[in-house]
Amino acid sequence: MEDFIKNFAAQWEDTEMDVFVPTCTFRELEEWSSLIGLAILNMMVKKYGVKVSPAEFKLCVTIKDVYDVMTSKR
Amino acid sequence: MENTILVTGASSGIGRAIAILCAQKGWHIVLTGRNVLRLEETRSLMEGDEHLIIPADLTDKVQQQALVNEMPILNGVVHCAGVGSRMLGRMLEDDDVRKVMSVNFVAPVLLQAALLREKKLAREASIVFIASTAATMPSVGNSIYSASKAALVAYAKCLSIELAPRRQRVNCISPAMVWTDLALVGADVEQLREAEQAYPLKRYGQPQDIAPMAVYLLSDDASWITGSNFELTGGTQTL
Repeated sequence: MEDFIKNFAAQWEDTEMDVFVPTCTFRELEEWSSLIGLAILNMMVKKYGVKVSPAEFKLCVTIKDVYDVMTSKR
Repeated sequence: MENTILVTGASSGIGRAIAILCAQKGWHIVLTGRNVLRLEETRSLMEGDEHLIIPADLTDKVQQQALVNEMPILNGVVHCAGVGSRMLGRMLEDDDVRKVMSVNFVAPVLLQAALLREKKLAREASIVFIASTAATMPSVGNSIYSASKAALVAYAKCLSIELAPRRQRVNCISPAMVWTDLALVGADVEQLREAEQAYPLKRYGQPQDIAPMAVYLLSDDASWITGSNFELTGGTQTL
């Protein structure tokens, strides 16, 4: 999970790192955009070899939700 | 304005001219290319003494990553490195295609990706790709070179949309024939001298004709310009 959060955070440019905790509701962050969403989907393919669909991702509210969806598909 | 600009292919031609003009603006330049001696030569022609040389073969993954690792935060990047090719379409083999695409398209795309991943670009940075009017103007024996530059223009347009939220700008400059080593690949100089008379302005370009456009695109004066491809042609509609 720690490694996942580090990679998740790396997709953001301006947001402080300490914001990225499992309960973070990332879509509420000021920097959030669909481009960052795509970067996170790409990151999961590159770093973990897991393809999470946009529909599955859309249902995720927190970072832990994303992590859980990803690990369930590994 | 304190700008730090990376110029690839800075050892000669258009890259060298851009590095020299950027230095006249008081900007700090990171020069890269394969030939250290020629990079040193470029630096000796530049104003200021804080310019950095980091030699690298950008088609080599390890060297490219090392370059990115050493890179300071950049306000601009000019991708000038390129190779020419004159070969009939029917003669092309695997190596011919890969070599040109590797230098002209794959290397700048992967370098740019690495710079972005490693967060080496400042907010509102400007990225300039030196493409070519060959992307849209066909000429015999130029198929792979043309294709590589057309690919670069298409890529740059997509990247401009992706980077716009950070006010980072991406543009291309597409020169027609310019007197550089690259223009001489597989060409006869006398024939080129005759052919340049067909240009409405009666000459091919010089690297110094291209550099001011790059400097403009790198500057804040161009802050509303992204996703554009500027054709500098001496008036010609064909290559």
